[in-house]
Amino acid sequence: MNPGLLSYFLVSAFGIGAVVSGWLVFRTDSMLRAAYWLMVSFVAVGAMLVVLDAQFLGLILILMMSGEMTIMAIFMIMFMMNPAGLNPMTMVHQHRTSMVAGVGSFLVLAWVGVVAEFPDRPAPAVDPTAALGEELLGRSMLIFESAGVALLAVMIGAIALAAKRGRFGDADAGSVEPEIDVDTGSRT
Amino acid sequence: MIDLLLVIAAAVFGIGVYGALSQQSFVMIMMGLELMLNSAVLVVVTFWWGTTGGNPSGQLLVIVILAVMAVEAAIGFALVTAVYRSRKADITEKLRRLRF
Repeated sequence: MNPGLLSYFLVSAFGIGAVVSGWLVFRTDSMLRAAYWLMVSFVAVGAMLVVLDAQFLGLILILMMSGEMTIMAIFMIMFMMNPAGLNPMTMVHQHRTSMVAGVGSFLVLAWVGVVAEFPDRPAPAVDPTAALGEELLGRSMLIFESAGVALLAVMIGAIALAAKRGRFGDADAGSVEPEIDVDTGSRT
Repeated sequence: MIDLLLVIAAAVFGIGVYGALSQQSFVMIMMGLELMLNSAVLVVVTFWWGTTGGNPSGQLLVIVILAVMAVEAAIGFALVTAVYRSRKADITEKLRRLRF
């Protein structure tokens, strides 16, 4: 089979998979299954990236999202009602507005994608992973390191937000600032 | 091929918009946001593959988007935990004000 035709076929198949599984995220009764349908959608997009010669990014996406969706499934079991989907469940609001917004954004973006003229400069058949590595550890190292620092800040922030013991007492008691003693100026 | 990829990305983005606007559960709203970012990854790789002549900066942009996805998930889960501790709320309808 022609390699171009094979790529077209694979991209179409994975694309349909990504769209259908993405839609099933919001159609299933089980929140746990929703997390795994989302993972399927990410895996399909990751496979498309591999077909598009971005093997490293595709595999990173699959690896990262598999971990994230597993954590999301744990959160579903911890917090959410009906994680197993044993009862029919519809937890939506402003359904018609959301549908119009979703279909509208699809039509506008798809129209732009089909109508707009893009330059035809395909990536050469060299090793894109090596090129990315040289970019990350060369010209764009500051950007790469900034992303790392941002993730560290997020880890600290997430722990501070989720910790039971807050600045003004236990989180379950609400974050009510204690009154100030006017004589001493200290908080009581 | 670029047309096809952009239409697929638009469909995934549209589903994400629908999910983020329609769902009541916090985690389901986050899933809608994740789908939108998923679509952004696909669009960036599409343009990198088809229009930039293999410029590695395009791949770098995907790394930045992946970092944004991780940030969104971590802060989102932390906020869900904080809101549940303080208000016992797991859906948007249970919140009347943003201030704790």
